[in-house]
Amino acid sequence: MLLIQGLRKRFGRLEVLRGVDLTAAPGRITALVGPNAAGKSTLIKTIIGLVRIDEGTVLIDGQSIDGERAYRERIGYMPQAARFPEQLTGREVLALVRRLRHADARIDDALIGQFDLDPMLDRPIRTLSGGTRQKLNAVVAFLFAPDMVVLDEPTGGLDPVASGILKDKLIRSAAAGTTVFLTSHILTEVEELAHDIIFLMEGRVAFQGPIDQLLREAGEPRLERAVARLMTGSR
Amino acid sequence: MTDLRQVLAAQVRNVLRSRWLVGYTLLLLLATVLLLRFGGSGTRALLSLVNVVLLLLPLVSVVFGTLYVYNAREFIELLLAQPVGRGAVYLGLFGGLAIPLSLALLAGVGGPLVVEALQDPSVWRPLAMLLTVGVLLTLVFTAFALCVAVLVEERSRGFGAALLVWLACTVVYDGLILLVLTTFRDYPLEAPVLVLTFLNPIDLARVVLLLTFDVALLMGYTGTVFARMFGTAGGLVAAFSMLLVCAAVPLWAGYRWFRRKDF
Repeated sequence: MLLIQGLRKRFGRLEVLRGVDLTAAPGRITALVGPNAAGKSTLIKTIIGLVRIDEGTVLIDGQSIDGERAYRERIGYMPQAARFPEQLTGREVLALVRRLRHADARIDDALIGQFDLDPMLDRPIRTLSGGTRQKLNAVVAFLFAPDMVVLDEPTGGLDPVASGILKDKLIRSAAAGTTVFLTSHILTEVEELAHDIIFLMEGRVAFQGPIDQLLREAGEPRLERAVARLMTGSR
Repeated sequence: MTDLRQVLAAQVRNVLRSRWLVGYTLLLLLATVLLLRFGGSGTRALLSLVNVVLLLLPLVSVVFGTLYVYNAREFIELLLAQPVGRGAVYLGLFGGLAIPLSLALLAGVGGPLVVEALQDPSVWRPLAMLLTVGVLLTLVFTAFALCVAVLVEERSRGFGAALLVWLACTVVYDGLILLVLTTFRDYPLEAPVLVLTFLNPIDLARVVLLLTFDVALLMGYTGTVFARMFGTAGGLVAAFSMLLVCAAVPLWAGYRWFRRKDF
């Protein structure tokens, strides 16, 4: 369970997050959408602890994350761009992150088989294509069967087959009780995957709730139109 | 501690396998062999080698280090997304650069010199000094590299800043000392120059190395002042300690920024 209250963040003069309140529930896929520069990545990075909080609280299962690091044992993170040490092999990277999680974590490496990644794991990362790196990135995010996964544009750079595998993984994880929190600008994908949607605009939450509620309120059958209405409506 | 060890092991392995590092080792090896073969006899060759060490080592450490940290940006984020403290990631980066760079020095410069020393035992002492000072300089300029890469957000500006650090310690600082010397030539300058030398890691390394080779007299009156200062064991300890301080200060400053940095 993710609960964010009154979150503010500024970079110099630019106020990126201006008081964000939101929740993401376990067993549900919550999609964070919004125009470019709305603060989506900053928000995601705040949850992981990569960006420091100026004001407000981020609670995971009721615990504040500020200054903590143990909570990351239970979180999987898939950043937007996957870049690993060029000279290491995929297997070495996986071994490293495994050793950094000291808890007797359950290992879930099913994605390696599904992506057919095993033959690639002994090659140096620098010889791998962008798509293959992105697959490795997804494997790392799910490796510890986390209670919560946070994904920044997860399907970007993946081919349709791999993208489908990852989406199935997200749906299955949510069904098993994982909190899935992702950003995406592909609204058809959001419509297909997500239960709840959070629309972030200019550093504030403009809408939050189940997708069908948004469609009903907007009086539009498709998410793309409903979101477009949100964007123009609040201007 | 175990986190640090894991990050360190991965970084060291990654850097050791990079072509850059192999190239650097070969360059040092080539320079050392050529200077020993054609650089004149004994001390002359060693003196040329001192200049290589004093110019090349800081340059490579600060530039390679800075660029490496920029390239590792996404990986740093991935590490920080694990339940790991920022200190372990930061020190892992530092060690992951400083250790392979030092190994390159030991292999590239140390290797041929050891062969030389086996024939001429008088080479052992300058060899030991050269390698010690070289490793210390590597630590200092790797620390500068981390500091620059953490503080300067943009890669191209960071690269420029790294070059500036090197230029400042090599050319600019010496120019300033000369300016002081000519401006205040009517005053006794031994003490101020000694202090100024102590504050610049490259100058300090140069003085320590030159004194090892008994060429202090070539440096005139200040040379004898230096010889009196650094010729003693105490002076040497002071010089080495100062080099460690020169590494610790930027390393610590970089960590302060790294701890609060937004990625």
